[in-house]
Order: sequence, then C-alpha cells, then structure tokens
Amino acid sequence: MELKGAHILLKMLQEEGVDTVFGYPGGAVIDIYDALMEAGDINHILVRHEQGAIHAADGYARASGKVGVCLVTSGPGATNTVTGIASAYMDSIPVVIFTGQVPTALIGNDAFQEVDIVGITRPCTKHNYLVKDVRQLARTIKEAFHIARSGRPGPVLVDLPKDVINATAQFKVPGEVRLKSYNPTYKPNIKQLNKVVDLIQKAKKPVIFSGGGVSLSHGHHELTELARKAQIPVTSSLMGLGGFPGTDSLWLGMLGMHGTFRANMAVSECDLLISAGVRFDDRVTGKVDEFAPHAKIVQIDIDPTSIQKNIPVHVPVVGDCKISLSQLNSLLDKEDLSGVEDQRKSWLDQIEQWKETTPLAYKQGDVIKPQYVIETLYDLTKGDAIIATEVGQNQMWAAQYYHLKEPGHFITSGGLGAMGFGLPAAIGAQAGAPGVLVVDIAGDGSIQMNIQELATAVQYKLPVKVVILNNGFLGMVRQWQELFYERRYSSTKFVHTPDFVKLAEAYGATGLRASKPEEVSAVLAEGIKCEGPVIMDFIVEPEESVYPMVPAGAPIKKMLLV
Amino acid sequence: MTEKRHLLSILVDNEPGVLSRITGLFSGRGYNIESLSVAETVDPSISRITMVTKGSPMIIEQINKQLNKLINVIKVSDLTGTKYVQREMALIKVNARSEHRAEILRISDIFRGQVVDVGVEHFTVKVEGDTEKINAVLNLFKPFGIREIARTGGVALPRENK
Ligand SMILES: Cc1ncc(C[n+]2csc(CCOP(=O)(O)OP(=O)(O)O)c2C)c(N)n1
Ligand SMILES: [Mg+2]
Repeated sequence: MELKGAHILLKMLQEEGVDTVFGYPGGAVIDIYDALMEAGDINHILVRHEQGAIHAADGYARASGKVGVCLVTSGPGATNTVTGIASAYMDSIPVVIFTGQVPTALIGNDAFQEVDIVGITRPCTKHNYLVKDVRQLARTIKEAFHIARSGRPGPVLVDLPKDVINATAQFKVPGEVRLKSYNPTYKPNIKQLNKVVDLIQKAKKPVIFSGGGVSLSHGHHELTELARKAQIPVTSSLMGLGGFPGTDSLWLGMLGMHGTFRANMAVSECDLLISAGVRFDDRVTGKVDEFAPHAKIVQIDIDPTSIQKNIPVHVPVVGDCKISLSQLNSLLDKEDLSGVEDQRKSWLDQIEQWKETTPLAYKQGDVIKPQYVIETLYDLTKGDAIIATEVGQNQMWAAQYYHLKEPGHFITSGGLGAMGFGLPAAIGAQAGAPGVLVVDIAGDGSIQMNIQELATAVQYKLPVKVVILNNGFLGMVRQWQELFYERRYSSTKFVHTPDFVKLAEAYGATGLRASKPEEVSAVLAEGIKCEGPVIMDFIVEPEESVYPMVPAGAPIKKMLLV
Repeated sequence: MTEKRHLLSILVDNEPGVLSRITGLFSGRGYNIESLSVAETVDPSISRITMVTKGSPMIIEQINKQLNKLINVIKVSDLTGTKYVQREMALIKVNARSEHRAEILRISDIFRGQVVDVGVEHFTVKVEGDTEKINAVLNLFKPFGIREIARTGGVALPRENK
C-alpha cells in the first residue's frame, strides 16, 4: 500500500496501540494534523503549551502503564518540550516525542523554525532519531516504541522533516525489532540471588530499599511478598512510593533528605540493605561515605550503569525487578523461615520505638497547616486517589502524609524536580485513568508555571482537582534561606499572587478557598464532589518547614527535627 | 583510588551523530578522552573507535557500562591488560639547520622514521609505533626545536580473536 509519511505515522501509532496523543500544531507538522482529522481512533488532546504536552504524556504513561505520546512542531515547539523530556529521562518514563523539522534540503541552513532538536536532546533521551527517508519511517517508529518501553524505559524522540512527512512510500507493518546492540537483561543471575538468600538468613537488621524500578516493572506484589515472608521493613525513594503499601506495619516511610526518622535511622543501622530499582540519588544517600555504613548492600537493577555508580555494592544483580524479586521469593520458599519472626523481633521493636519517639509531626493551630490539608485529603479519599505533585514543600508533604496503596498513584518529577510538572501530568494521568480521582498537590509558585493547562482540563472534561498549598512563598527555597542563610529571604516571597479562585472561574473551572482550619475538610469534600476541574486554594502557614531535614551533604542520620 | 590509563576498542554503528553521542557522554559526565581515532571496519556499516581514557576503577567501569548503554554502541572491549598491538603515527616538523641535518636523519633512521617533506630550515618526519616510541622521538628532536606536531592517536587490535 502506497502511503504518505503522515499516514504511515498514524498507522504506526494505531499499530502500537496508541489512542491518545498530546500535542500542539505548527507549520512543520500541519500535514500530520491534517491527516489526524480522519484518524477517528486517535484522541488528540490540544494542550496550551508544549511543555504541557510532554508532561501530560509522562503522567499518562505513569497512570496507564502505556507509552505516552506527544506531537509538536519544529523549532520553538520542539525546544518547549526539553524540560519535560529531561524529567521523563531522569524518572525513566516511556514516552515517544514526535517533533516536526524543516525539510531535509533546508537542514543546517538556519531555516525558519529550525533547531537541531536531535542534538539538543541527545543527553536527555534514551535514544533519538532524525528520519531522512520516508522508507525508514515505519521501522524507526517501531524501534522508538520498542526502545521507550523495554529495559529501563525512557523518552525517545523522532524528528520528522516536512518533506519526509509528505513523501510517499510502500507501507508494510515492520516485523519485530531486533537491534544488535540493544538487549536488556531481564533475567537475573541465579548465583547472585543465592548470595542474597544467604545474606537474608544471616541478617539481624535487614532493610529493603525500593525505588521507581519496582513500580515500572510492576513488581510491587513480589516486593510485598518478600518483605512479609522474610519480615524485612521497607523504605523507598520518592520515585518508589506506592511500590509498597503505605499502611503496612513493615512500612518505614520515605528515605533521605525529607525521609522519616525511622527510615533514616534504620538504614543507618541496618546490617543488610536490599535495594531494588533505585539509583542512590544524592537526595537519598546524603553523605555517601556514611550511608548504610554497617550494611552489606544488594542492588537489583535492570540498568547496569545504575549499579555501583554512586556507592560500592556487595552483591550486584542485573535484572528486571519483578522477575528478580519473584525468583528471590521462590528461592526463599525452599528455605526454613519459621524462626524469622522471633529473629527479627528486636530489630522491629527498635524501629517501632523510633516511630513512637520521633514520628512525623506538626501542630495544627489557628492557621491551616499544609500537612493537615494532605492528611485530611488522605482521610477523605482513603488513599485511593492518584496524586500528582508540583515541586517543593508541597511535594514533600504529599510524599510524607499521603499513604499510597499502589504504584502509578504518585506522579512526581522526582529526578529533575521540574516546577510546573504537576498540573499537566495530572491531566495526562486523568486521560490515562478515566474515572479515577486525580489530585494535583501544588505550591502557589509551581502552579503558575503551567496554569494555562487548566483550559485543557476544562475543554476535554478531565476533572482534575488542584490543591494549592498557598504559603505566599517559594517555600522550599525559603526554608533553605531560613535554615542556612539567616532568614535572608531573597526573591522568595511573592509580593503579588493572582486570586486563584477567580482564575479558576476565568478558565471555566470551579474555584474554592479555605482560610481557616475548620474549613479544610468541607472545601476538600466539596472539591472532590465537583464534576469538573477544580482549584482549591488553601491559605496555609507561610513559614512552615518540612521536617525531618538532612542538610545537603550531611549523613542521613543527622536530621534536623521539628 | 588510583587513576589508570585504559585503551578501549569500541565498535559502533557507522551513522551520522554516533561520534557526538560518545563524546557527549564523556563531556556530560566529566570523563576524559586522551586520544581518539575513528574509521570504518571491514563491514562498512560498522566503525571502530579506539580511545585512550583515564580514571579510577569505578569510573572505568561506569565508562564501559555507559558506552554499552548507547543504542549505537555494539561492543566495548577494554584492551588494557590483554594482548594487543597498538600503533600511532605522528608527523613532526622539526627545525633542521644544515649543521643538524645529519643528526636528525640518523635519529629518524634509528626509529624507522621517514622524511616526508624537506624545507630550507626544516624536515617533516613521519614516525609510527606505540605511544612510547613516538614520545622518545619527540624527546630526541626537542633540542633542535619542534615547530609543529600532528599525532593520530592510537589504533589497536587484540592479538587473538577470543
Ligand atoms: C523549573 C524550576 N525552577 C526552579 C526550581 C527551584 N525550586 C525548587 S522548589 C521551589 C519553590 C517552589 O515553590 P512553590 O511551588 O510555591 O512550592 P512550596 O515549596 O512553597 O510548597 C523552587 C523555586 C525548580 N525546582 N524548578
Ligand atoms: Mg509556595
């Protein structure tokens, strides 16, 4: 069948099971948009800024487990996606980005709206392509999806010159992708797993440290099974939240800079640290030399570069988290674990004691405490909502006080920490998980970075609920200034902030506000009940800080407490 | 940890942009490249990059893994500590006043160099061999005054195919 490039693209999207595309048109992709008019089975969501498109594709991927897709024009359309691509890359999220490009004959001429987006995104994509020949188009798209979703997932960009889109070629669905240089290792080495079994049996004070890799591989059931079977308490990175039930008695809470006292203490004292799907980010380890100083460290990861990158590891296991944990469970089943409860008692008692003496805490007074808003949201939703977050204190309080049940329910820009991520990601998540309550926990600063996407939410009837913890500050930076810069609040106080309630109304959404603690519950309940998108503006304590806090570069044991 | 020099032989897809993926990886992650040479292999769809880099064992391990992670990298071999042959070529433009000409030619002969260009006041000598040999020639030429050097960077192959 002879087809135009634009139609080959759409055929391949259907072939890959894509039903939703987030995008924004322009000259270089006008022919693709023209072809889209007839592609009834592809739902195109017109965002209001290309950064919104890429974050939405990211949120969609996380909530649905499918590959997120984004389509933008050349030049400024392409550069507007770079922050979102970098965020997806840091968090290993499978997205495919199609960018328009000037015709091949003009490439390199500084043509109108030409940028070398392949060059720009080389260090922040898993791989990228410039398609120079329409006959390569179908195969390239097939490879792009394959690379994005397999192994350690990540964003893949495909740059499409306008003449390639308009040229025709014989179309046949390409066969299975085989790349001689790309073959992720899924199955772990059994010898290494046997060493882990041995370590588990000898350990007196073991801890499991789980990360985004567990969620990405859907290994949460296997993780839970392992923890319960061997009675090992679990902590996780920000990206790992939801991989283990936040209400389980073995749950320690998050680890690291704003981790719980008991998680940071447990890791500092443990004699065995079994890590799965983590990359030992500096926000987690604090001072590397004093991280888990008494522990034998096991690291399970599908990406060999993650292993031994930041900290020395005793037992490396290269493999998919789900498969590795499942095989580990089978090996443990052959062992006698009957005495394990007694064996762990003193360790679990110690942890319980840390929890009792130094829990997460705040005091609710006359002014609304941001933590109280999140706790109330948790109570009202029973932990069933998908939580997207912005970046800053709001993100950390969400991580601390919203106890998650499942993976894919905590959608946050973890590695990059990109303000403006939350609202578009929530919109994408809502498109990927219709019928589920999606809440964006936001700061008054971050929400203003992509507020325009409220129009997208209203237009496509994606009923996301935005909870603004309005502290009048770039709170997280203010907190650092308070603690480490003698309260010199340089450029962190907002002298003017829009009226978010009126803003919501201007966009055609609902706006609600709570200024007193006794209003919080009612406003949240009303907001959740509303049919469409809602902004809830909570006027919170301006100078509340997130605790515990490990100062940057300090050992995680050295926490500042409330 | 001690830094050591490593000789890597990297097979890559012979495609535009591949070299920039590799050099970008090195600059982005702060690894260093001491020398680099690239050319097609017997199979024209594959190029061989021969690279000398330096780092602690942990860094060299990362370099190896990070290179392997690039989709266009087919194979990375660390030749350090294995049996291999390595050659490098240098063109050396050395001052050659009449009273020094005989001496320069003698040194060049000892190292099996070849004079490839002669001027009133200079010779350009081509030398090839391993890095040490070229450094030795350079040292001996130094007293005459070296005007310019062009070095290729090493190329290498394992002695036996494993
Ligand atoms: C795009 C971007 N710019 C700057 C920063 C640095 N930064 C981190 S947190 C923060 C403050 C965020 O303020 P707000 O959204 O109001 O959240 P709060 O901390 O007050 O909850 C800033 C400026 C960032 N993470 N991302
Ligand atoms: Mg704020």
